[in-house]
Amino acid sequence: MSADQGSALRIAGVSHRFGATEALRDVSFQVGKGEFCALLGVNGAGKTTLFSLITRLYDSSSGLIGVAGYDARRQPSKALARLGVVFQSRALDGDLTLRQNLAYHAALHGMGGAAARSRIAEVTGLVGLSGKETDRVSTLSGGQLRRAEVARALLHRPELLLLDEATAGLDLRARAELVALVRRLIAEEGVSTLWATHIFEEIAPEDHVVILHRGAVLADGRASEIAAGTTLAGRFLDLTGAGRAA
Amino acid sequence: MKGWSIAFAGIARREFLRFTRQRERFLAALVRPLVWLFIFAAGFRSVLGLSITPPYRTYVLYEVYVIPGLCGMILLFSGMQSSLSMVYDRETGAMRSLLVSPYPRWFLLGAKLFSAVLVAVLQAYAFLLIAWFWGVRPPWVGYVTVLPALILAGLMLGSLGLLISSAIRQLENFAGVMNFVIFPMFFASSALYPLWRMRESSVLLYHICAWNPFTHSVELIRFALYGQIEPLALAATLGCLVVFFGATIFMYDPAKGLWRGRKGGAS
Repeated sequence: MSADQGSALRIAGVSHRFGATEALRDVSFQVGKGEFCALLGVNGAGKTTLFSLITRLYDSSSGLIGVAGYDARRQPSKALARLGVVFQSRALDGDLTLRQNLAYHAALHGMGGAAARSRIAEVTGLVGLSGKETDRVSTLSGGQLRRAEVARALLHRPELLLLDEATAGLDLRARAELVALVRRLIAEEGVSTLWATHIFEEIAPEDHVVILHRGAVLADGRASEIAAGTTLAGRFLDLTGAGRAA
Repeated sequence: MKGWSIAFAGIARREFLRFTRQRERFLAALVRPLVWLFIFAAGFRSVLGLSITPPYRTYVLYEVYVIPGLCGMILLFSGMQSSLSMVYDRETGAMRSLLVSPYPRWFLLGAKLFSAVLVAVLQAYAFLLIAWFWGVRPPWVGYVTVLPALILAGLMLGSLGLLISSAIRQLENFAGVMNFVIFPMFFASSALYPLWRMRESSVLLYHICAWNPFTHSVELIRFALYGQIEPLALAATLGCLVVFFGATIFMYDPAKGLWRGRKGGAS
């Protein structure tokens, strides 16, 4: 199998086990270039495991993961260079300022000097954090912190942005702002996005949605098509048989 | 190569920034060996007799003997501090952002290790400066020749710290490292008393001390401080560095490490 050049992300037949537990079972889907794709699933569905496989924190037992045409297993450096990741947990150092943090993460992608300074100014502007560069990260609010994480993930101009429950712990307003920000970035920067969530309000009818449940893909298509005349939440409950809100 | 040097400089800069933000860490790193030098050494001086052993050409005071061991103590605690910092970074998520960098893991871990060692070497020199004012004055050239020994010993002990960090699942477990790694390594070594003294008390303990990698780091520093090379200490320290760092890379490899089949992983 080869990593598809036409898609930002290609997951083909990916399975993964933690000992006796099967965390992912033959997962396959694609994210197109410039597309917003929501990975929908309850806690424990396998979203974070899939993210860890895409980012090479774990090695997949089987299947293929292609990022911007590069096989993440055989060409990890090229694949990772094209990935921006916002993890569930904070990656920024609270003891350092926002600029110091961003300079560090720019360096991790080989960006330094004037190029890094210029890009840091650009991304802090993009996420609405201009003027906060010299603030210690520990002093930022929850919403500002998540936007700072997005700025960090965008530093090296990735082709694919992965956000793992990026709105977790945010209030309604901060959550709505972050979703709007990411959608604006897709339009302005042309970056493809895989957005893992269990919150239906974050998904628009025209969005590409992949429903992951107990490690397997239950549905893959437009949110409006999956909903099929009912609500996405209702359809999700039908598919998963959860009988409870996701 | 430019990108690699930028990445290394970025990692080193973060280590220094974190260090300067945590002044109490610097003070703690200095106070520990200074307590040994100012208080314990004064007490042991009258109890412990030291024969003439290389690299010393004459009888030396206990304070003089213990200085290389206390430099080793700074490096040992710094290595374990790195281990603690890695576990903390893993719990907070900072480790993930390091490991998703496009550079290979051996380079990222090596850069983090080397940066931490540079900080530890600065602490060791600060300690040597205070010791100079206390009257412990090795030859001037020793301050130069000890530098590679400090770096090599720091890398070896730091690698051990990284290796331990890959096996520790939670920050709370770090107390175990103190009890089962740092204290036995420090006390069962030539840092505080010469090995011949140890053999007089217990042959078994002598062999344990002789096999302790920390003993060889201390001896490497001791000889280097007097402009000499101790071949066995150099070989043992280098060998342990290769083994510990190689094992660390294996443990942090997503395809091979100890945690590859467990959720949470080494990352």
